Amino acid sequence: MNNFEYRRASDTKDAINLIHQQEKSKFLAGGTNLIDLWKYNITNPTSLVDINHIAELSEIKALPDGGVRLGAGFKNADTAYHPIIEQQYPLLSKAILAGASAQIRNMASNGGNLLQRTRCYYFYDPEVPCNKRVPGSGCPAKLGYNRIHAILGTSEQCIAVFPSDMCIALAALDALVNVEGPEGKRTINFADFHRLPDDRPDLDNTLKPGELIISIDLPEKGFTTNYSYLKLRDRHSYAFALVSVATAMELDGDTIKDIRIALGGVAHKPWRSKEAEDFLIGKNASAENFSTAADLILKDAKGFGHNDFKIKLAKKAIIRNGLMALNPDTQLPGAKPSA
Amino acid sequence: MKRTETQTPSHLQQGTCAVNIKVNGEEKTLYVQPWVSLLDGLRDHLNLTGTKKGCDHGQCGACTIICDDKRILSCLTLAVMKNGSEITTVEGIAHGEELHPIQQAFIDHDAFQCGYCTPGQLCSAIGLIKEGKANSREEVKELMSGNLCRCGANIGIIDAIMQVKDGGNNE
Repeated sequence: MNNFEYRRASDTKDAINLIHQQEKSKFLAGGTNLIDLWKYNITNPTSLVDINHIAELSEIKALPDGGVRLGAGFKNADTAYHPIIEQQYPLLSKAILAGASAQIRNMASNGGNLLQRTRCYYFYDPEVPCNKRVPGSGCPAKLGYNRIHAILGTSEQCIAVFPSDMCIALAALDALVNVEGPEGKRTINFADFHRLPDDRPDLDNTLKPGELIISIDLPEKGFTTNYSYLKLRDRHSYAFALVSVATAMELDGDTIKDIRIALGGVAHKPWRSKEAEDFLIGKNASAENFSTAADLILKDAKGFGHNDFKIKLAKKAIIRNGLMALNPDTQLPGAKPSA
Repeated sequence: MKRTETQTPSHLQQGTCAVNIKVNGEEKTLYVQPWVSLLDGLRDHLNLTGTKKGCDHGQCGACTIICDDKRILSCLTLAVMKNGSEITTVEGIAHGEELHPIQQAFIDHDAFQCGYCTPGQLCSAIGLIKEGKANSREEVKELMSGNLCRCGANIGIIDAIMQVKDGGNNE
């Protein structure tokens, strides 16, 4: 564990300038993941740029097109309990409240949630090899204890999963990520923000060096009638998902007009299948159809031994959550299965 | 974290930051290196050892304090981040000799055994009641899940919170 310099940024330009003055600088928002990783000697920043006092990042506001802009520095709890989010994006509110603990949600920022690192045990243990932590060193998880690991989109190099709940809802809602860096501003589709491990598992996302997340835009369509977030884990609360599912539906009678299904706990990024969603459009919202869709989503799923159970669990979760989305009011707090 | 790291007279070192915080109603200045957690700042620099270090990794909730009216984990917070903030620790929740209602309720309901998690449980419970989002016992359980109790006093803890919450004294 190393000491570091600490500087408070006054605005986004200041933050982006400060981050460039030292090679191993990191932006500091809630700190809930960064400080933990630093204590475990997984990350060793020489300088932290505190972005907690930048007004632009702390906003939440309605957009002219009917959508909503979430500031990257806005806290997870404040987002989940904000009247606009509760009313217009209840799926997002539920997903956020399924993650971490009340204390951590009070601290953690929206931008930081997108940048969470995996909770793979081997990544978190500096004594063992890990291609994500030390590129080229190897992956002990594939032949080791891999109960929490990925079943979709894995590579020879890495089978880690992305741990966020919030991001599974953001993926389902087709959010946009607005970033700013030394080369200017750009907007990234949520589906393109996180990446699969391939041969660069050290890269979790497509941010360029020095880029700062400014905000997250939610499109107008919030799926306020039929939605559900289901999180399955080893204990009832305050644990990472083994499998989670965000389902958002628009129905015309019993017929599905539009549907989004995003999975968490199964891959290096939130997982969606256009093929499965396209299959469901125009069909009844029935267990049978959700089952066929689940088979499409999971057709390339591959277990590594201890995590084989996730394939069957994911299928059941997709079906269950599709049916739960028909009656969002029956959900218990913390994204548990409905009774 | 080794204790010696914060025992040196850090105000003499390069990079030391002055952190002004109001703790339990009193203005304090901490002279700390940037890497000192708020938890270590409170315990080792201000001698407020009521706040406990359990896991030091945000998994147990023993270090929960109230900062600017919100319950947070002091172990995953750097002291320097909170320059200008107002903090309440377990030492500051009673009014003199008069216990805070949640403290009395913990006694009434046998809500602790070894007591190590209790300061964090109390601060978390006060935060939960202030937030006003827990309307049922199930929701209280869910919103207290960040505070672990290895003795198994959880049922008493939830009973105590339900009593105070429904008693309407939400200070």
